[in-house]
Amino acid sequence: MDGKPRPRPRARHSSRLGVPIAAAEFVGIAAAVFVGLGLVWWLVTALELIRPLFLPSPGAVVTRLGELAASGDLFEDTFVSVYRISVGFLISTLCALPVGILIGCYPRWEAAVEPLVDFIRYMPVVAFVPLTIVWVGTGDSQKFLIIWIGTFFQQVLLFMDNVKAVPRDFISLGRTLEMADRSILLRIVLPSAMPTIWDSLRISLGWAWTWVVVAELVAATSGLGYRINTGMRYFQTDTIFAYLLLLGILGLATDQTMKLARRHLFRYLRTR
Amino acid sequence: MARPKLVIRGLGKTYRTDRGEVVALAGVDLDVGENEFVALVGTSGCGKSTLLSIVAGLDSMDRGDVRIDGEPITAPGLDRGVVFQSYTLLPWLTAEGNVAFALTAAGCKPAEVRDIARQQLALVGLDGFEAAYPNELSGGMKQRVAIARALSYRPRMLLMDEPFGALDALTRHHMQELLTRIWERHRLTVLFITHDVEEAVYLSDRVAVMSNRPGRIKMLVPIDLARPRRYELLSTPEFQRLHRTVLDSIREESIQVAQLGRALEG
Repeated sequence: MDGKPRPRPRARHSSRLGVPIAAAEFVGIAAAVFVGLGLVWWLVTALELIRPLFLPSPGAVVTRLGELAASGDLFEDTFVSVYRISVGFLISTLCALPVGILIGCYPRWEAAVEPLVDFIRYMPVVAFVPLTIVWVGTGDSQKFLIIWIGTFFQQVLLFMDNVKAVPRDFISLGRTLEMADRSILLRIVLPSAMPTIWDSLRISLGWAWTWVVVAELVAATSGLGYRINTGMRYFQTDTIFAYLLLLGILGLATDQTMKLARRHLFRYLRTR
Repeated sequence: MARPKLVIRGLGKTYRTDRGEVVALAGVDLDVGENEFVALVGTSGCGKSTLLSIVAGLDSMDRGDVRIDGEPITAPGLDRGVVFQSYTLLPWLTAEGNVAFALTAAGCKPAEVRDIARQQLALVGLDGFEAAYPNELSGGMKQRVAIARALSYRPRMLLMDEPFGALDALTRHHMQELLTRIWERHRLTVLFITHDVEEAVYLSDRVAVMSNRPGRIKMLVPIDLARPRRYELLSTPEFQRLHRTVLDSIREESIQVAQLGRALEG
């Protein structure tokens, strides 16, 4: 023994904490996980380990998906749900942006609004469904309202944090340039918070998908949630699975689009 | 002697924290003459950044009087250009855009903004980087843009709060040389905060040493080294002597702080 610590075998490069990987490898791993899960699903049903009523085979679900597409139901339901989520999410965002920015900038407004938002935020959205039906019926406006209740309060807090995270020295810079508060808000604080506000939108959009389906499950005559509910009534588990898959695909597509848009909108954040 | 540009008299500032009151500044007196470069050095937490914030108008004072050209300071203003320690380039604007942003805010004629912004970037040696975004620039380049930005609207004095504190040693040396060159050519009143004694002596006409808690000006050291100054100066005996004087004065402070800390623990 020479007393020196023996060099430990280096960890494999790819498994090092935080070491980035190539885009192709990323996509490869992601795809492999999907394929792997699909194979497990197929195997379980092919070996008839679970009754088809509980877990239909991938083949049956895909066939069902094809039938639903051919009949036009699939597109109609998707269109209705996407319409509802678009309007509901847009209203919620338009309400939450000014409130979140206001309470992120002015502590007095924060004191007035933030505890109240926290109070309401912890009331389960699902519990509002009966109430909203009493208030506005079972039409589209009730879906908008549920999406709004489920998204608005969360967004307010997210946007508030986004605005608060703007470096203090950015605001100081504006003040040394004798800019008015309004000008500092519009020309420094908002552009500076934009990338993180975008992230908040992406996250809250995912929640909005849950709320639209919840609303449609309880009281609707169209939409993805409605179709899942009818599927249950007639023991059409293949339909339920088909729509669940569809929801997953829609979610994945939205999220990836938001991510891609972020890269284009905030190109300046790229390092060379 | 003409009236000094910046006059600080009896400046006091106390912070109220959870653990009681902290006296950051207790009766600071300091003058900075017209076109004089004064470096303010002290250990971390001695209140030197607080002092700069007050002169910048970003922080309030409890006692005393701070005047520029005889006018009391009440708010931040375009007469004082500030370079912060943190990178304050707006990331969605290019290097040129960042300088232009300040020029526009300062009311510069739109037709002239672009030309002046480019001139200012050239001054700090960043010609060719006008279209680069801050994320594409190194730390030193970012601070160069920040200096160009603060100089662009011709403030009456420049306030620099440890502007090179976050840079690596080599880049810091480059930046010091660059700042000296700009200052020697264009002459302006500078108050420069740093904890780096070598930097303070190399750059300034006078070094003000600050005492620790409460912060006061403990010693003023005139730096009578010839200009133009180049980096070779660092190895000369005159430089070494001045460096030593300032360093000893600061070391006393940090030893006192350490002893105080031990006394409090024991």
